[in-house]
Amino acid sequence: MYKILVKKQLAPSVKLFEVEAPLIAKKAKPGQFVILRINEDGERIPLTIADFNREKGTITLIFQEVGASTVELGFLKEGDALLDLVGPLGKATHIEKIGTVVCVGGGIGIAPVYPIARGMKEAGNEVISIIGARTEDILIYEQEMAAVSDELIITTDDGSKGLKALVTQPLKELLDSDKTISLVVAIGPVIMMKFVAETTRPYGVPTVVSLNPIMVDGTGMCGGCRVSIGNENKFACVDGPEFDGHKVDFDLLMARQRMYKAHEKQHSDHVAGKGGCKCHSH
Amino acid sequence: MSLSLKRHAMPEQDPKVRAKNFAEVTLGYTEELAQSEAERCLQCKTAPCRKGCPVEIDIPAFIKHIKEGDMDASIAKIKEANGLPAVCGRVCPQEEQCEKYCVLAKKGESVAIGRLERYAADYARIKGETVTSLEYATDAQKVAIVGSGPAGLSAAGDLAKMGYKVTVFEALHLPGGVLMYGIPEFRLPKDEVVQAEINNLRKLGVEVIVNAVIGSTFTIDELLEEEGFDAVFIGTGAGLPYFMDVPGENLNGVYSANEFLTRCNLMKAYRFPQSGTPIHVGKRVAVVGGGNVAMDGARTALRLGAEHVSIVYRRSEKELPARLEEVHHAKEEGIDFQLLTAPTAVLGNKDGWVTGLQCVRMELGEPDASGRRRPIEVPNSEFVLDVDTIIIAIGQGPNPLVQSTTKGLETNRKGNINADAETGATSKPGVFAGGDIVTGAATVILAMGAGKKAAVAIDKYLQEKIDR
Repeated sequence: MYKILVKKQLAPSVKLFEVEAPLIAKKAKPGQFVILRINEDGERIPLTIADFNREKGTITLIFQEVGASTVELGFLKEGDALLDLVGPLGKATHIEKIGTVVCVGGGIGIAPVYPIARGMKEAGNEVISIIGARTEDILIYEQEMAAVSDELIITTDDGSKGLKALVTQPLKELLDSDKTISLVVAIGPVIMMKFVAETTRPYGVPTVVSLNPIMVDGTGMCGGCRVSIGNENKFACVDGPEFDGHKVDFDLLMARQRMYKAHEKQHSDHVAGKGGCKCHSH
Repeated sequence: MSLSLKRHAMPEQDPKVRAKNFAEVTLGYTEELAQSEAERCLQCKTAPCRKGCPVEIDIPAFIKHIKEGDMDASIAKIKEANGLPAVCGRVCPQEEQCEKYCVLAKKGESVAIGRLERYAADYARIKGETVTSLEYATDAQKVAIVGSGPAGLSAAGDLAKMGYKVTVFEALHLPGGVLMYGIPEFRLPKDEVVQAEINNLRKLGVEVIVNAVIGSTFTIDELLEEEGFDAVFIGTGAGLPYFMDVPGENLNGVYSANEFLTRCNLMKAYRFPQSGTPIHVGKRVAVVGGGNVAMDGARTALRLGAEHVSIVYRRSEKELPARLEEVHHAKEEGIDFQLLTAPTAVLGNKDGWVTGLQCVRMELGEPDASGRRRPIEVPNSEFVLDVDTIIIAIGQGPNPLVQSTTKGLETNRKGNINADAETGATSKPGVFAGGDIVTGAATVILAMGAGKKAAVAIDKYLQEKIDR
């Protein structure tokens, strides 16, 4: 069992768990993910590792309550435990000193960008981070990102914080400036990653994105997470999750993510029926 | 008493009923049927049947015990050679192995050895087996088993009985490998049979660690150098699904058989939404392939509520690699067989969902490298199968996770680990391998046979290590 030592609410429907998992903490690297199960009936939920502490033997997971399983995950309290937790899975981010790296995080994607930005900074790079959210309330990890970035640019869709813009706007300004950008790393909603890749493409700046397709085992066994990279099928779980953003078929990924839309409501009703739903209790 | 040329039929669920449930199809012999079937065994001194058994069970001896009504002695005899008899009695291709060599098979039907093995195993389990935990020497050497499928479990059981401290590492959240994720509940009950057999190993003193991905959580080198293991056995199986490489294969509604079966078997998607893992089954399903996995996929789709399920196979019925019994059961349940048919493209709609499988008809030409007649496309024979779900069951390759993280471990062109056929020894000292990771996708019992041979070789290796 994997005990939840710390639970925090980062934003409405965004929660953070610090989980006791010494074996995973020992090995985890930026860019990798874990798969967890809440209970015997639980599905296998993949989550990118937001942070790890090798001394304490813990990993940090940040998740948005978007479906029945993540809502149920959010019901767990400090002191509760996850039934299953496996990892680290996937390939780690390739971190080296290359110059100036722009780290772009959108919404919940800011969490997995954080250890990459930190790693890039520690490797001696200049790190410029752009983080964006729909509105100020749901912007997470601002201070953490500021601490590991030479420059932090914030965007919100409604202008409640930072620039009233999408993340691509300041990114384009950076690309147009005198600065030589060596690498862009972008993690967020698929549509955001698609437009980041389209923004950098004309400039020929290498752009790494982290994909989160539906997956089951996470070890290369089911092929459910197959993504098309330069017209070749790859398994996000073992070949990724990071890929060359200029080669990813984002439209296919978005279509595949809708596979179980119809099932989602049925599952949500079931989870709510278990008495876990707090929506009407206050 | 005259000897019957026909074996005793095993009671089964009615095809119409069972096509709607996940309970086991075959119900097993009663005591009376088992004893009556055991009577048919001629107790040949030469025991040709044993030749056909990859783990060399003393078949005449265990059958004799059933005949005499001494079921405890019977199961004890089987367990001398086979740690998972309830599994093997159900899923071994006995008709290709022990039963093929039975003297009775020359004139009529062989003794139903598999059914008798299952009977003895089920008898013991239902009665409540007592497994006494083994005593280990304080300085017992440690062996790590990577993968808890048939190869790993068989090696683990044998090594434990030899006095080694055995730890089995499994990447998924439940042990059993293909016995859990691949073979369906209706052929091999998960809780009653698979987990019960694994629990017997635990009682022997075998430690099972789940959620441990070797190659990541630990590497093979770390197991040997830091975790204190004296030898490692790799039995990671054939877990990497092959796709057809035709257009449209990434449309929603196209599954690898591995994914479809894992969702249903391991994740219990047939109980959705009680179980959190969903599965998509349309009204009309095509399963591409002709092996046991294809039959499992087709019969699973039917049980999940599909109205029409077709097997699409490019050769003829004679070449179907699946066991006859599986093909027979599938037909009884109403599975349609589109033989001499090869898919050329998956068709879809604008929302990205499958709407059909475009195929061509085939005819058989000259034999190919496998000795089977090569299928050749019939000109202008294109047609579209009206389906909304497609399950691809055309084989699996080796998962590269262990090989790619282990220095000095040689593999072949296909990525399988090079290992000695008799000992399982690999190019890396102290590291042995067996089962599908070495041979490519094969059967449960061949993997168990490889696990047994490796256990003997590991014992020899560790003895020599002490002597040195």
